[in-house]
Amino acid sequence: MFKSVKKWFLPLALVLIIAITFAGCSNTTTTAAAATPTAPAPATTQTPATTPSSTVSLNGAGATFPAPLYTKWFDEYYKLTGVKINYQAVGSGAGISQVTAGTVDFGASDAIMTADQQTRAEAANGPILHIPMTSGAIAIIYNLSGINSGQIKITGDVLVKIYLKTITTWNDPQITALNPGLNLPNTPIAVVHRSDGSGTTYIFTNYLSKISDEWKTKVGNATSVNWPGDIGGQGNAGVAGSVQQTPAAIGYVELAYAEQNNIPWVLLKNVAGNYEAPSLAGTTKATEGVTLPDDMKVMITNSSNPDAYPICGFTWILAYINQTDKAKGETLVKMLWWAIHNGQQYGTALDYAALSSAAVAKAENEILSIKYQGQPLLSR
Amino acid sequence: MKVAVPEKIPAGRAAGYTTRRHRRFGDPIFSNLTLVFALVVVGLLIGMVIVLNIDAFPAIRKFGLNFISSVSWNAVTEEFGALPAIFGTLASSAIALVIAIPISLGAAIFLTEIAPSWIRGPASFLIEMLAAIPSVIIGLWGLFVMVPFVRSPIESWLGTHLGFLPLFQGPPFGVGFLAAGMILSIMVIPIITAMSRDVIRAVPDSQREAMLALGATRWEMIRRVTLPYCRSGLIGAVILGLGRALGETMAVTMVIGNSYAISASLFSPGATIASKIASEFSEATSGVYIGSLVELALVLFAVTLLVNVIARLLVWRMTSVKEAKE
Repeated sequence: MFKSVKKWFLPLALVLIIAITFAGCSNTTTTAAAATPTAPAPATTQTPATTPSSTVSLNGAGATFPAPLYTKWFDEYYKLTGVKINYQAVGSGAGISQVTAGTVDFGASDAIMTADQQTRAEAANGPILHIPMTSGAIAIIYNLSGINSGQIKITGDVLVKIYLKTITTWNDPQITALNPGLNLPNTPIAVVHRSDGSGTTYIFTNYLSKISDEWKTKVGNATSVNWPGDIGGQGNAGVAGSVQQTPAAIGYVELAYAEQNNIPWVLLKNVAGNYEAPSLAGTTKATEGVTLPDDMKVMITNSSNPDAYPICGFTWILAYINQTDKAKGETLVKMLWWAIHNGQQYGTALDYAALSSAAVAKAENEILSIKYQGQPLLSR
Repeated sequence: MKVAVPEKIPAGRAAGYTTRRHRRFGDPIFSNLTLVFALVVVGLLIGMVIVLNIDAFPAIRKFGLNFISSVSWNAVTEEFGALPAIFGTLASSAIALVIAIPISLGAAIFLTEIAPSWIRGPASFLIEMLAAIPSVIIGLWGLFVMVPFVRSPIESWLGTHLGFLPLFQGPPFGVGFLAAGMILSIMVIPIITAMSRDVIRAVPDSQREAMLALGATRWEMIRRVTLPYCRSGLIGAVILGLGRALGETMAVTMVIGNSYAISASLFSPGATIASKIASEFSEATSGVYIGSLVELALVLFAVTLLVNVIARLLVWRMTSVKEAKE
């Protein structure tokens, strides 16, 4: 009897210690636990919908950035209509590959498909649409003790130079000139970037490429680039973690991430000369400062609207114009129509910016152009 | 056969089971079944290599052997090379072993030769528990707890006092080769400890007693008899740990800093083959890009194989030298 008590004592004690540790540091662990708003939604099993109201179910795959919103949408839409939509947040690149291969009914991407990708998709299944669903902003976050969120002002030009490592300290004259009242330290800037390929990086490098020709030729615009600088963090959590821990660090994360974790951000000068904090309103405004083409394949970074925040972008659902299954096609267009209208209200709570009315109008036309055997699947 | 059967079976307990009928039908089925399983394992390996080669083909065709020696990794211009990742993989694993080997061997010797028996059980249990922690948890702990500690005091102290060495130059970011090596060492210590403990325990007591009878101290006994006796086993334990370190992905990705560069400094961020693949695979789009990542996997395959072969040769040479001496 005594022996068996002895045998169990250690594991029990260990469990107890772990439990106490968790209880003790519940405050500090919340940041880590809340760390992944972009975490892939739990993979739902692809069994056909058993609800009597509908037998059609849709499968989609792609970007992780809008996944929390899409999950919310598809959940609400299921309650509303009984249509089951499975979304796998596998990343934009994988989403594009899957929609090209035709293994999913729609793809989702934060980046515009490259010419090469579009050719391949069109060869397989005909013309493909980029339908904007929502937009998001990217906050430039930093770690300088004693300087509160929104106190530092920088320009796109300075940001490029920091990421090119030509500005290396916080008290560089080019930064202090923009911030006359601030006491910026003489410490080297630790530049943090995303190590994984991501739509966030695509939007960020798109902005830097628009600002600077040097960036465009030296580094370029892609979901993953050859960074001149310092530390790579895995996901938003990795970047935020590195910035929060490393003194004098600078990094970029999705606005939702910075907001939910109270990470200080800089004010960024837009084209009109105003210093803007990253915000949902500023993101929606950004779509009003650029000419939106009919195919909506447009990056809205560096918008000329005076109230626009400069680093933001659309995220798109990719769907083929010519649907091959009438029932699925009808379900898809109805769902998309719902998403760009009724669905927009769910964005704010999750830190996604609503589409501007101009963008909605363009998206409507795109959805209306989706056909089955030459016949439009939806009419006004 | 007819003669051999009754001779081999001890009278009593086994006789009832091993009737001739059982042998005739059971044995061939069993041996063929195990053969099939063995072939499945071998086939899996071969199949994997073939598939990797097919998927890597766009990159192999474009870069050829330059892939191994090139240092660039640029998805925009589609220039890919593996050298920094190979360097990072070997460097982080080497750091891990430098830290892990003394600790593991020390712990194993303590557990087998020195510790009182009431400590052995619990301590072994705890060490094995360490091996059971999923690597993503170790990685999170590494990022939020270990990395700040590595930055200060470890790196800042090394930087101020030993900064004249190229090993300890550069800004102390916390993340980097040192952090990666440390996190890997935490993951390989339980493996090496548990295995070397078993190996040391297997040394016959007669060997120890003979040495002690000659008047040796405990330290002399351990150094002259125990360790040399099980040397090849210990090397095997280290190799097993090295295998884990070379392929470890998640925890390393979280703390290595993911910068694609070769640097002499332990402080500088780097990348390993596994971390590069894990980071970029989901968003890789073009054929050459994906091909390059798959080719990285092939390179990791080759590096692991090479390391294992070298280690086997080492074990083989050491044991043959020992036998020759005897």
